[in-house]
Amino acid sequence: MATAPPAAPGAATGLRSAFALPDRVRAFSALIALALIVLYNVFFTPNFLTLNTFNANLTQVATIIIVGVGMTFVIATGGIDLSVGSLMAIAGTVAPLFLLDANQFGPPWVGLALAIIVPLLVTTLCGLFNGTLITSFGLQPIIATLVLFLGGRGIAQLIVNGELREFRNLGSPLVPSFEFIGLGQIAGVRFQIIIMVMVVVLATWVLRATTFGRYVLATGGNPAAARLAGVPVRRVILAVYCISGLLAGLAGLIVVAINRSSDPHRVGEYMELDAIAAVAVGGTPLSGGRATILGTLIGALIIQLLRFTLIAHNIEDGITRMAIAVAIVIAVLAQRQRAS
Amino acid sequence: MGSVFTANASTPRSLTRERAISAIQRQGALIALILLAVFGVIRYGSNFYSPYNIFDAFLNNNTYYALIALGMTFVIITGGIDLSVGSVAVLAAVTAARLSGFGLVPALGGAVLIGLAIGLINGGLIARFALQPFVVTLAMLLFARGAALTLSDNAPVMVDFAGGFTQLGSIHLGPVPLPVIITAVLYAICALLLNRTRFGRHVLAIGGNEEAARLAGIPVGRSLVLVYAMSGALAGLAGVFLAALSFSGSPTGAIGWELSAIAAVVVGGTLLTGGVGSVGSTLIGVLLLGLIFVILNFERGQGTFQLNSFWENLIRGAFLLVVVIFQNRLARRGAAPRRGAS
Repeated sequence: MATAPPAAPGAATGLRSAFALPDRVRAFSALIALALIVLYNVFFTPNFLTLNTFNANLTQVATIIIVGVGMTFVIATGGIDLSVGSLMAIAGTVAPLFLLDANQFGPPWVGLALAIIVPLLVTTLCGLFNGTLITSFGLQPIIATLVLFLGGRGIAQLIVNGELREFRNLGSPLVPSFEFIGLGQIAGVRFQIIIMVMVVVLATWVLRATTFGRYVLATGGNPAAARLAGVPVRRVILAVYCISGLLAGLAGLIVVAINRSSDPHRVGEYMELDAIAAVAVGGTPLSGGRATILGTLIGALIIQLLRFTLIAHNIEDGITRMAIAVAIVIAVLAQRQRAS
Repeated sequence: MGSVFTANASTPRSLTRERAISAIQRQGALIALILLAVFGVIRYGSNFYSPYNIFDAFLNNNTYYALIALGMTFVIITGGIDLSVGSVAVLAAVTAARLSGFGLVPALGGAVLIGLAIGLINGGLIARFALQPFVVTLAMLLFARGAALTLSDNAPVMVDFAGGFTQLGSIHLGPVPLPVIITAVLYAICALLLNRTRFGRHVLAIGGNEEAARLAGIPVGRSLVLVYAMSGALAGLAGVFLAALSFSGSPTGAIGWELSAIAAVVVGGTLLTGGVGSVGSTLIGVLLLGLIFVILNFERGQGTFQLNSFWENLIRGAFLLVVVIFQNRLARRGAAPRRGAS
């Protein structure tokens, strides 16, 4: 298991050139796999090249990509975040609390703003909680985030007393505006897809071109060396779990907006597994120190298109899951050979 | 359980120190367990310590977690993780239910063999190709769940009562159900395996420092394959018990068992970093997490508070938090002077 060379924050240009090629090579191998699946569908799946199919696939994968981006940051530091699904459920149950009545908080737009900002704030704080357990209490990431994986869903269930909340039953005329997050379209493209693209672009820039991005990779590559080199390791770890929490919250809002209802039991179920699988297939090693946001995007697309292809050809659910499992193993095997 | 198992102890003094630390770590959970049990006896009286409540309601329903956590202990001591165990248990339960018409032995044997085979694949991929345990067993989590869905045609498979398979759940020796006895025997065997055999020392050494173990001539690959095979087989047996006690193999059950098992192992005091751990402490962790729920149920039964089931998730999370922070503080206080050495 080759780990990345410890990235000294001072050697910015050297770092970028050292990382750029292997990253591109890995992303490229995943890209070929993606291209093959797309080509297969173009020839063998009826109605594949339509806007409907395009929108349907990207709609289903958008939330996985958004959460996967946060997960990529966490995994780049050598951590893992199991709590993302529960945080999605929390965001999904907090939002409707601000949509009960248009004039609850003065002018209507204040309620709408709160319905978006407060849930994101709450899940970011949950991420801060995760990070604090790791940095201040020395817990391992898998255990630290297991706490909110278990407890977070309980919190979401308690907020709404375990009841599914249908948005059309809420009093506020703001509901359609809120649902725009998940159902709205701009020039025929679903709004959530635009959000997803923005998140990917921003995250790619942060990871590749900012000091913070280099700190993240340095922390995952070798925490002790990073600390000695002056990287604020504790703050970096706190920040990546906050980012993961924030993006999980965003995904939670999108899911409840699409469903036009908030179900504390189901929102975000298995999201941690989907997101981690996307990151792994995309070529980011779970040992930390290296990361590719574009890879995560491609990894999620591969898994989604594979699932779509199998379902479109009437392969049953069980076999679909087995095939995806095999694909994940093949993907990590292929990357291992390329990396070494 | 007098001895303590450490891989990187070099001098006699550090050995005593580590022994003391580990004893405290283990006792943290043990003390909590004893306190809870005493609390239960005093508060609920003979209902609480009746043989039925102890053996059938409490121990028998915790055999699944106990078996999975047992395999997980070995995996975690090597520094790995096995996320597939819940799905493997489900696949084994469906297999056992499908084979139950042929009798107890084929059903039990077939299901455990399936678990073993999956464990061998996990171990093979991890050892031969140096893949990360987290990713491999995550993929296997998906695979086994998919296989269970396919094998069961997406619906629970009822057990065939004619074959005698359900006897597994109904036979008692005195007041003790058979699954509890089997589980206890397996714990005893595994404790011996870890403490008294070469294999056990290899497992501890690999977790302490895999590279050093390799250089010292320890068969790292073979040991890893064995450890994951054990974890798979024990998860398979857990699935057999699940099918025997619930009379069906449901492809949608046992969700999150892997995380419960990891929690039990950690609560017991085994470190996720590997190299240190014991079978006895995992047993304590399993019993402790199980007992919390018995007590919550008793409280609900007495009408002390109207806890709906959502609190359970919250309490599980909060309890895990308190115990691991407590453990961590103890471990750190004890381990501080030798941090530079490790």
